[in-house]
Amino acid sequence: MDREVLTLSGLRAKLAENPKFLYEYIEFIYDVIDAVEGKVKAFITLRSKDDVLREADRVVDKLIEGRAGRLAGALLAVKDNIVTKGLRTTCASKILSDFIPPYNATVVDRILREDAIIIGKTNMDEFAMGSTTENSAFFPTRNPWDLSRVPGGSSGGSAAAVSALEATAALGTDTGGSVRAPAAFTATVGLKPTYGLVSRYGLIAYASSMDQVGPIGRTVTDVSIILDVISGRDVKDATSTHSRGGYREATVEPFKVLHPKLRVAVIEELVVGGVEKPVKHSFLRTLRKLESNGIDVIWLNMPISRYSLPAYYIIAMAEASSNLARYDGIRYGLHESVEGRPWYEVYTNVRTRGFGKEVKHRILLGSFVLSAGYYDEYYLRASKVRKIVRDSLLAILREHDAVISPTMPVLPPKLGERIADPLKLYAIDINTVLANLAGVPAISIPSDIVNDLPVAVQLMGNEFDEVRLVALARVVEGIINLAPLVPPLVRRYV
Amino acid sequence: MYSGFKVMIGLEVHAQITSLKTKLFCSCPSNYREKPPNTNVCPVCLGLPGSLPVLNKKAIEEAVKVALALNSTPSKVLIFTRKHYFYPDLPKNYQISQYDGVGSAPLAKGGYIVISPTRGVEKVVRIRRINVEEDPGRIVYPYGSISASPYSLIDYNRSGIALLEIVTEPDLESPREARCFIQKLLSILEHLGVTDPKLEGAVRVDANVSVGGGERVEIKNIGSPKDVEKALAYEIARQLSIIRSGGKVIRETRHWDKSKGVTIAGRAKELEEDYRYFPDPDLPAIPIDKSLIDRLLSELPELPDERVSRLIREYGLTRYVASVIVTSGKDLADFFEEVVRQCGSPQLVSSILVNELLRWVDELNVDLREGIKRLNKDRLCKIISYYNNNLINIKLLKNYIKEVIVNNAEPEALVRQGYVTIRDCRVLEAVIDEVIRENPKAVSDALKNPKVINYLVGQVMLKTKCRADPRITNELIVRRLRSLGNVS
Ligand SMILES: [Zn+2]
Repeated sequence: MDREVLTLSGLRAKLAENPKFLYEYIEFIYDVIDAVEGKVKAFITLRSKDDVLREADRVVDKLIEGRAGRLAGALLAVKDNIVTKGLRTTCASKILSDFIPPYNATVVDRILREDAIIIGKTNMDEFAMGSTTENSAFFPTRNPWDLSRVPGGSSGGSAAAVSALEATAALGTDTGGSVRAPAAFTATVGLKPTYGLVSRYGLIAYASSMDQVGPIGRTVTDVSIILDVISGRDVKDATSTHSRGGYREATVEPFKVLHPKLRVAVIEELVVGGVEKPVKHSFLRTLRKLESNGIDVIWLNMPISRYSLPAYYIIAMAEASSNLARYDGIRYGLHESVEGRPWYEVYTNVRTRGFGKEVKHRILLGSFVLSAGYYDEYYLRASKVRKIVRDSLLAILREHDAVISPTMPVLPPKLGERIADPLKLYAIDINTVLANLAGVPAISIPSDIVNDLPVAVQLMGNEFDEVRLVALARVVEGIINLAPLVPPLVRRYV
Repeated sequence: MYSGFKVMIGLEVHAQITSLKTKLFCSCPSNYREKPPNTNVCPVCLGLPGSLPVLNKKAIEEAVKVALALNSTPSKVLIFTRKHYFYPDLPKNYQISQYDGVGSAPLAKGGYIVISPTRGVEKVVRIRRINVEEDPGRIVYPYGSISASPYSLIDYNRSGIALLEIVTEPDLESPREARCFIQKLLSILEHLGVTDPKLEGAVRVDANVSVGGGERVEIKNIGSPKDVEKALAYEIARQLSIIRSGGKVIRETRHWDKSKGVTIAGRAKELEEDYRYFPDPDLPAIPIDKSLIDRLLSELPELPDERVSRLIREYGLTRYVASVIVTSGKDLADFFEEVVRQCGSPQLVSSILVNELLRWVDELNVDLREGIKRLNKDRLCKIISYYNNNLINIKLLKNYIKEVIVNNAEPEALVRQGYVTIRDCRVLEAVIDEVIRENPKAVSDALKNPKVINYLVGQVMLKTKCRADPRITNELIVRRLRSLGNVS
């Protein structure tokens, strides 16, 4: 397949010229899936080629008539914690293994309205709790760049599917880095929007005050096209806000929205400490590239950032313990006979059988930090840290175009390498949680290949200023000049 | 005081905001009654994965109106809190409610209601706080009670209905006061147009009661003011008998069994339940601005206290009668004014409503609204005109009221049946003849003692089934006795 059509923007251009190319494209995608999905295991539910081709007929007609939407022909993979009407949605949990939602998430309605085709529902850490996709109750997903390594998480299936050419682009969700971490580990682009920019209606909640749906694509422009579609106020989500739009345009002509003299900040705490040597060296090389292209790099400190990880986990677990209370087997999901037994016994059995170890771990810790006598000491203190983190970060972002850091402090770990020790696992979220605590947008873009493995940088921008964030990301992407990257596993197809 | 023991009662009244068109956090209709089970639901009120609550802003206006009417101070900012407990009627296993704690706030704090438990007595009952929260679904026991049913069913039609929780300080000292408080509160809610207490299940009360400074017992889910009075009377007697026999009342939750008229122990509260309250991240805090409060204040309708004063002023009622009429429900007060507007006689009408109508609905145990429907404006005005035109006497009037309410009789039909005052002297004299013939002893006594004449009048009444005109009868008997002997 022609490399140009691997990106969403390239595919759109090709289909505008030749609508019937869509059939050829679908055949190509399913050829790749047939060849690699058995190894990568990105999907929990994959739609059949026949179903997809049937939907394609309608899209082709619209393309021919010139009334196709902005995502016409895109085969999008959707993370399995975003509800899809009539299409099984599991959260990679046994407790929802047979749950068929009666309604669509707002983001799903929005991509379908623009004529995207959903190709399948992707694997993830159970209820989005994890950074490696090893916590899926069904099976782990593997990194297309090295099948012995994790793809990152929790949106690991979405990122792996995009990376392995099994989808045009994908929707993930990001609570503490769950879009950016797998994007970084699979050499794709992942964007976490400002909290509230994208509706959460239909996103199965993990930590409601930080969850956001975000796109994963092969280029900054691709994720911007999707952001244009999914962002904006939704009357069904009281925390959602108006979107300015114009994200794709900003990536086409970045200097229309950017100051010609760009200034990016480096928070020292995010580069020293836990960052592995090869990642750090690569990051410093990237900084030098930016500087030699006329971008100012300013180093500074943010002492409160050392408390961001514990504050993040306390708040996320507290909210999770509340959000996951509803899974009791009575109305939907894993069920067991109630005959002759009191309801609370049934609840206990269903929850014991239905939730995995990490989920139970977080429900217990979350219940603890909310209980009387501990609330002030944990939840309330974490909320105070959160406020200081937000204020400090916003102060930095007022003076700079973005904060730049390595997205992940490590190279993609081997399967089983991190999962055994929760603290070691939580530690790799150190650079991503800041944006969720503060509510600001952040994007991860591939910056290097080290030891044949992807390395990425993260840019955090000012809240509701995705226009300038994606414009800047496009500039940085141009300077790095790697995109789009294709892993060796599927190189022979392009 | 109960035989020297001080009784302390605090109430938690749950009243649905029945004036709303939709539920508190979704667009399902708020009228869930009479619908097939689980048909008045959506992803939000079923708590389906991914669904989110969106506040019905009208509910907050209604709640603030209530706060203002109860002299309570609305919070400057509206914060919803999640209250966690597992129960099958609660689809999310947490209830979106409000909480008085760090980082949270109830809708309003403080306030009071003045009640008049007995003639001439006024008492201030303090309000602790007012919350807005979502109603859970309903557990249905297919064979009536929990013990008789081998299984239970859940109907989520009610899930998510807007509910006010009004909590008092433990200022109430008797079941009678508790009943008066609830009646007054319901009258206020009715006058505000916020709650229609006549709708089944629209109002539920939890009552906390302690005797002689002992442990507090909570009686859950009582359905009406009358039942609150009965349940508390039973519970106080139960606690007193424990204390008298040297025992100790334990802290527990009990349930009111309406059919048996007793409270039944629920699960003993070994531990104070930990609800793990925290602010709901799905619902941003909303400021309650002064401009909203000013507007709502200016729009408050006439409330029960003002109405009582007006009834006294306009119709010359006593304070007691006016308050009984107003606190028995807005319907009764409206009925009173409608009837008086048409046929005057406010004193007579108020006395009929307070002494006859309320008595009969109580005795028959029918709804006051049903009583008013039977004794409607047309019927009552006819009866009053019969009375004013001397077609019936006061005794007959009372019987008419009873016949109309108890047997749904038409006043015209009663007249047609000849059930009217007898003023025809020939008819009356014939009856008097009979009475004099049958009561020689009374007649001779009456000749000596004029007070015995009343007895003779009574005998005439008896024979005429109260139809004799008492004044004419009296005159005729006196004249007759005079002719018999020397009655001066
Ligand atoms: Zn609903």
